Parts: sequence; C-alpha cells; structure tokens
Amino acid sequence: MAENKTVRFIVTRQDTPDSAPYEEEFVLPYRQNMNVISALMEIRRNPVNAKGEETVPVSWDMNCLEEVCGACSMVINGKPRQSCTALVDKLEQPIRLEPMKTFPVIRDLQVDRSRMFDSLKRVKAWIPIDGTYDLGPGPRMPERKRQWAYELSKCMTCGVCLEACPNVNSKSDFIGPAPLSQVRLFNAHPTGEMNKAERLEAIMGDGGLTNCGNSQNCVQSCPKGIPLTTSIAALNRDTSIQAFKNFFGSDQV
Amino acid sequence: MARNQEFLWRRLHSLLGVIPVGLFLVQHLVINHFATQGPEAFNNAAHFMEGLPFRIFLEVFVIYLPLLFHAIYGIYIAFTAKNNTSRYGYFRNWMFMLQRITGIITLVFIAWHVWETRIAAAFGAEVNFNMMADILASPFMFIFYVVGVLSAIFHFANGLWSFLVSWGITVSPRSQVISTYVTIGIFVVLSVIGIRALVAFI
Repeated sequence: MAENKTVRFIVTRQDTPDSAPYEEEFVLPYRQNMNVISALMEIRRNPVNAKGEETVPVSWDMNCLEEVCGACSMVINGKPRQSCTALVDKLEQPIRLEPMKTFPVIRDLQVDRSRMFDSLKRVKAWIPIDGTYDLGPGPRMPERKRQWAYELSKCMTCGVCLEACPNVNSKSDFIGPAPLSQVRLFNAHPTGEMNKAERLEAIMGDGGLTNCGNSQNCVQSCPKGIPLTTSIAALNRDTSIQAFKNFFGSDQV
Repeated sequence: MARNQEFLWRRLHSLLGVIPVGLFLVQHLVINHFATQGPEAFNNAAHFMEGLPFRIFLEVFVIYLPLLFHAIYGIYIAFTAKNNTSRYGYFRNWMFMLQRITGIITLVFIAWHVWETRIAAAFGAEVNFNMMADILASPFMFIFYVVGVLSAIFHFANGLWSFLVSWGITVSPRSQVISTYVTIGIFVVLSVIGIRALVAFI
C-alpha cells in the first residue's frame, strides 16, 4: 500500500512575465516528511506531468529552507506562505500552488519582490551610524525593549502580508504592512530614534501609512507572528503627533 | 492633485466621517425619533430644526461640504480595494468589505433621500410627518429606507472603530477588541432608534 501512495499537485504556471498563466497537474510518489519544496525538486528531477507528458521543470525561488529568508513564499491551497515549511502531510490534496500575484510574476511560482526592497529604502529602514570621525558608542537599549524589538526584526520581507492585504493591488500605491512595521522597529532603536521624523515623514507620503484600511489580514497571515496591526496603529499615533508638530510646532528639528 | 497630499486627504476623510457627518447622523436619528410620539411632536422638532438661525450656512458647512468630500473620496477608496474575503474570511476583513459596501449603499440612499426631502423643500414642498408617511407607505420605499438607514448606521459605527485606529487612539489589540464591542453597541442602539422612527411613520 505505502509504496503506491502518491501526492497530487496542481501548479499555476506562466512561461514569461507577460504570457497567460495555465495550470499543470503533477502526480508524485509519496515520501515521508515531504514538503512542497522537496516535491518541486522531485518535479525538477523528473519533469513529467500527470498526463505522462514531458514538460519543463517548475520554476520557483528558495534559499534558506528554514523559514527565515522569505524567498520561497507562494500561495499554497489559497493561503500565501513559505513552501519550505508547508508539509505535504498537513495539506489537503490536491495541493494547489500559485504565485503571489500581488507581485509581478517572473516565471511559474517565481515573483519579483523588488517593490518591497524599494519601500525599505524609501522609509529609510536602517540606522545611520557613519560619521567623518568615530562617533563612539550609541545610547544603550534596555534589555526588555530589545526583546520586544526582536519580534519586529523577524520580518523577512517575504511578501505574505502584501499578498493578503486588500489594499495592496495594481490600483493602489500602498507600500503594504511590512515596511511600515520596519519604521516602528528602527524608530524604537535608541540610535535609530534620532532619525524618527525622517521615517515618519516618509510614510506620510503618497502610498504610505494612511492607505491602510484596517482589514487586519496582515497580522493574521504573517508567518512570523509580527504584530503588524499594532505597529500600524502605533505609527498612526506617531504620525498624528508628527503632523501636529510639522504644522503647529517650531522649526526645531 | 499635489504630490504627498494623500496623508492630509485620508485623515480629513476619517475626521469628517465622524465630525461633523457622524454627529449629524446621530442628531438626525434622534430628531426623527420624535415621530414615535406622534405627528405633532415630529413636526415641532422638524420646524425647530428648520428655524435654526443661519440655516443655510449650518447646512453647507456641517452637512453638504463634509458629506460631499467624504462621499467622493470614499468612492475612490472603495474602488481601490480588491476585496478578498473568500480567501481571508477573518472578521475584520469582512468589516473592511462591509464598510465599503455600506458606504456605497448609503451614498445612493442619501442622494435619493436628499432629493426627495431637502431638494423638494427647496422647490416649495413642506417637510413634515405626512411627507414621510406618504413616502414610507410604499413597501418598496420602506424597505429602501430600512436598508439605507441600517447601512448608514453600520458605516458610522464601524467607521468610528477605524477612526480610533487611524488616529492612533486604540493601538493595543485589547483596546481594539473593546472598541469593537463598543461600536457594536452603538450600532444596535442607533439601529433601534432609527427603525423605531421609520415604523412610527406607517
């Protein structure tokens, strides 16, 4: 019995960024502890579809294989998640694999997440520490705060929250929850805080924070359990204060 | 539209939805509730409102302009969303979609309601108990009014919840849960007031 057990996959494929997507079915021999990536590797090893026709191996992205890089995100049975931690034993069959269509599809399950990295640059998701001379050590961070900030730092720019958000789509410029939460992370850092206003002003621009419609799908979908909606609400408060300062405050930076 | 004005427009949209449009809605529902005390009580209340000094300025700055901005910008917001409740059937995602749907229904309802009452009044009709009783005598219009009033109240109550988030008042998940219960309470109370008034006309 066990040796005849198979796994069915229905993969949404797309040959080029502009061509029409189509579905292809694969039936693979079951192996213990299989995950979606090992199944895709099996297809790559023997690229034959369910009809027995020879086909081109499915293209997908992967890197760390332990859910910390975010590269292998795709829509698995309707939910965006990392394919490395999607265990076949825990999935309903046939297993449907689709690319995260919020992003431009490069090929098959491979998408271009550049917009997320552009957003991180836009919101200045880093801490400037360089000077023309040694600036010495920065202020200390309380341990309790460090532990809290660590949770926010788990973001791997995987794109799942953007895929789940109804306001991130081709009709809107919304940068999405992930880069917003990074603003809260870097603004919480004792040195990063020195550039707090710059980051807040960046997310007060077009396509920024106010595009959030509070559907809260992001916090439900985040594979790292990052409190994205708390970050957004906290930034709403910070930008309210920043807007007040900008308008009524003095010219002091 | 100038660049980087979106923050201002969105926050203005959020603010105007509550102050003054939301407050006007509550006041309007409360005045309508006089209908439950009979035609005379309703007519007195309506005439008092009509007789307020500087009425046209009150109407323009407290109702027409804020409502028009909220409605027009709201249509833009509603149509830039790509609803996905079939894939993500979470409570808040449903509220997100319902907020957009009730916004559009409310807009259609208010447009018709203003045409039938305020614009008719401008052309000489008298807005009183009989006028509403005539309108609501038709079962179709009664249902239309029930749907419209409930949509408006839902849109206000749920909008109040997101107003609190959008301005950074309810930040913690717990405060957001409690404000969900509070706004459900507001929805129920205002719905009872609104429906009681509608029923009083038939």
